[in-house]
Amino acid sequence: MRFVDEYRGEADTRAFVRAIRQRVTRPWTLMEICGGQTHTLIKFGLDQMLPESLTLVHGPGCPVCVTPLEQIDRAIAIAERPGVIFTSFGDMLRVPGSGTDLLRVKAQGGDVRMVYSPLDAVKLAQRNPGRQVVFFAVGFETTAPANAMAVWQAAKLDLENFTILCSHVLVPPAMEALLGAPDNLVQGFLAAGHVCTVMGYEEYEPIAAGHQVPIVVTGFEPLDLVQGIHMTIAALEDGRVGVENQYARCVTREGNRPAQRLLREVFEVCDRAWRGIGVIPGSGYRLRPAFARFDAEQRFGVERVEARESPVCIAGLILRGRRKPHECAAFGSRCTPEHPLGAPMVSSEGACAAYYQYGRKQ
Amino acid sequence: MCLAVPGLVTRVGDDALGVLMGTVSFGGIIKEVCLACVPEVKVGEYVIVHVGFAISTVSEAEAREVFKALEQMGELEELDTPEP
Repeated sequence: MRFVDEYRGEADTRAFVRAIRQRVTRPWTLMEICGGQTHTLIKFGLDQMLPESLTLVHGPGCPVCVTPLEQIDRAIAIAERPGVIFTSFGDMLRVPGSGTDLLRVKAQGGDVRMVYSPLDAVKLAQRNPGRQVVFFAVGFETTAPANAMAVWQAAKLDLENFTILCSHVLVPPAMEALLGAPDNLVQGFLAAGHVCTVMGYEEYEPIAAGHQVPIVVTGFEPLDLVQGIHMTIAALEDGRVGVENQYARCVTREGNRPAQRLLREVFEVCDRAWRGIGVIPGSGYRLRPAFARFDAEQRFGVERVEARESPVCIAGLILRGRRKPHECAAFGSRCTPEHPLGAPMVSSEGACAAYYQYGRKQ
Repeated sequence: MCLAVPGLVTRVGDDALGVLMGTVSFGGIIKEVCLACVPEVKVGEYVIVHVGFAISTVSEAEAREVFKALEQMGELEELDTPEP
């Protein structure tokens, strides 16, 4: 596949790894923001190729993992209502709520359906006028334009049977929160390439300047990751701070302006709770008043839910990079992809799923 | 979050609501994709697609840069290698 295969060459990847080894003169701690980047690092064994003085901390860039437990419980409550078609991306179906999960609701007769795109959920609403179609709108800035378009279409079509259960999160406030934590050890960041494809990287410049760190916008193929790490290490070794762009084939400084206009029309910034981290001010999107009739929480009046986290799952520590998955007592024993205790073992972008799938036992 | 894939645009046109839609080929697998946020895209160009939505075109010129960097690194390595 074009623009994929050529970034997976082993010889080219090793060339960058050699270059990294030549540049590193002391220990450094880096964080890759996005779960998709974590998966590439583990799947292609890049973490094991890098010098041992380089510590990679896995970031919270897994939208499934950071969706609050309360929101999963609300989704389950809505999906159990008669007449509802509850639609979602695949991963969310298996995330454990306080008591059950969406897949079990489906097994017990609930109409729960996986969709590839939020636009498919709008089509479902058009074809099923007698049913209430709800879409679980989870994601970072990468997914927000598609979700905004779905709501925009529903408004144009005057649909009365389409709503979204919104749990959108934004990266820059989370980076500020991580960098501002008193025990932060991260010295350089690989920013999420597809988030920046949409939003650009202007927002990261004040973060880099304020906290005096290098931030390199990085892609997702092995060559992208090692080049991004090389650029970050070079900046650290040279004592340079600021934002650089490794993923220039997709990312520009200003990002995708039509997408940003669409986002501003449909969404506004709000405070959001991140599972395992807590409320980060200004870190989420909610529907603007003009589109509030498409908000599932309002339509279904799902009251305050009493969420109960698993006492065993350490997802919060994983998402903040304080523990690695194999350091969890339940990893691979009580918690596996077949019977997960928490979101990072479920999601295709979760750190625990990556470690389990690619055999990282230590 | 970031599971987006590059694909080749094979068709572009407006839908009933006036939203720009099209078809994109991912190594032969054809999918319908919303192109509203890449309004200048032409058939034959590549786009990055996430959940049925194109978030960017792919710049062929920029895509070559990483390989230029590798070439330069290769030249430097040759310079560093002692003569036999």
